[in-house]
Amino acid sequence: MWAVPGTEPGAQPDWCPGADLDVLRLRATLLARTRAYFAAQGVMEVDTPVLGRGATTEPAIESFNTAYRGPGSAASLPLYLQTSPEFFMKRLLAAGSGPIYQLAHVFRNAESGRRHNPEFMLLEWYRPGYDQHELMDEIEVLLAHVLQGSIDLPPARRIPYRQWFLDETGLDPWRDTPRAFRDFAAAHLASVPAAMPADQLDPWLYLLLTHWLEPRLGDGAVFVYDYPASQASLARVRPRPLPVAERFELYVNGIELANGFHELADAGEQARRFEQDNLARRNNGQTAMPADRLLLAALAHGMPDSAGVAIGFDRLVMLAAGATDIDAVLGFTLARC
Amino acid sequence: MATYSTNEFKGGLKIMLDGDPCSIIENEFVKPGKGQAFNRVKIRNLKTGRVIERTFKSGETVEAADVMETDMQYLYNDGEFWHFMHPDTYEQVAADANAVSDATKWLKEQDSCVVTLWNGTPISVTPPNFVILTVTETDPGVRGDTSGGGGKPATLETGAVVRVPLFIDVDEVIKVDTRTGEYVGRARD
Repeated sequence: MWAVPGTEPGAQPDWCPGADLDVLRLRATLLARTRAYFAAQGVMEVDTPVLGRGATTEPAIESFNTAYRGPGSAASLPLYLQTSPEFFMKRLLAAGSGPIYQLAHVFRNAESGRRHNPEFMLLEWYRPGYDQHELMDEIEVLLAHVLQGSIDLPPARRIPYRQWFLDETGLDPWRDTPRAFRDFAAAHLASVPAAMPADQLDPWLYLLLTHWLEPRLGDGAVFVYDYPASQASLARVRPRPLPVAERFELYVNGIELANGFHELADAGEQARRFEQDNLARRNNGQTAMPADRLLLAALAHGMPDSAGVAIGFDRLVMLAAGATDIDAVLGFTLARC
Repeated sequence: MATYSTNEFKGGLKIMLDGDPCSIIENEFVKPGKGQAFNRVKIRNLKTGRVIERTFKSGETVEAADVMETDMQYLYNDGEFWHFMHPDTYEQVAADANAVSDATKWLKEQDSCVVTLWNGTPISVTPPNFVILTVTETDPGVRGDTSGGGGKPATLETGAVVRVPLFIDVDEVIKVDTRTGEYVGRARD
């Protein structure tokens, strides 16, 4: 038997699940409540493929790859385990599905720890006609419904990303230089990694986010919104007065629980982001990923103006169960597979 | 030169940091959903015993430390060095006062210790969790007082001073937990 670095096999035999059966029952309850909520709202449950020809191009997310051989494919067909159901779900929106949700198993390579497992579950949903703030409102309603009897969340605070950084560091990610953030990190953090690029802003923002801002969030729910355009991912960018990505994250008790977008629907801009991502990947020594042509075709056809969000469902169960390790809410993490 | 990537980090791994051998106590993987991954690591400097926190970008590599923890028998102290012997190979090493440090007050000849060797040189000594030592000095015993309350200091043959119950007398043999420095009980042969 081998162990994933950072995990210790428990005292019980290898074949046992990590989660207590009581926690698995709680998990089942949360799943049932989630489905009941969306059924009552008239949001359709969908079930999109885990295997796809396209893959995320995001430099910080690694896909698992495999290949199909057999009838219909004489040559080996490269396929990727989906890191998010977003591309397929947007194609459904473009096809006229209306509001949809999914409880999707997703796969991200190179991620394992107390809050990460390479296979995990996203609760992802899309609301045509919503903007990011309307979707935040719905997330609060959903969480109250799903977490009833487990924890009572006070109303969430909402703070723009820029204001959050200004409050906690006095620095402005839209105006200050990477050097200013580096100096702040050197002065305030216990340690700064040796291999940080001096001239790029985003790595310093991520270092301070994870090592300074998140630990200072404290208890309660906080939506952070309006991200730097360089971290837009699949969100649309509002150009004025400062270019901001209409993206938000939800933190509960200092832990990242959800990521949402006012969805980018422009095929040309989406194609440019795929290219930029792949350029960044090549510069980092990573392989470029095949951009999803079919998503681009769906956007070119026309996708309704929508907001969408993905909640880490396992982390939601951790929150309800008071667990500090994802192993306590999953039957079988990688170390047990 | 052997190296480890952050993917190999786990408790107990020995790495070099700022020229000193260190042992990883705790490794935490930290990653925003869409951003840079880091490993936030608690590390013990094996020379000073000090615990520090270090952050690495995931994927960074660090130099491995050639550190071995070996069970060895304590032989004697020559005034400057403490000498230990490997029970199978009879190989001997000499540890200086820095390496032996606080362990010195528990070291009794023939006892088995864990000697941490870096590049073959002792850098720290861990005494057995429990040692059996003779009381050499303490106030006269109060017979029959088994209340366990109060207690008194007793000096042991190695020089260590521990609190013992009132009924313990000079020349008695007691068992002590070296991790806490606390009296456990009378030693039974």
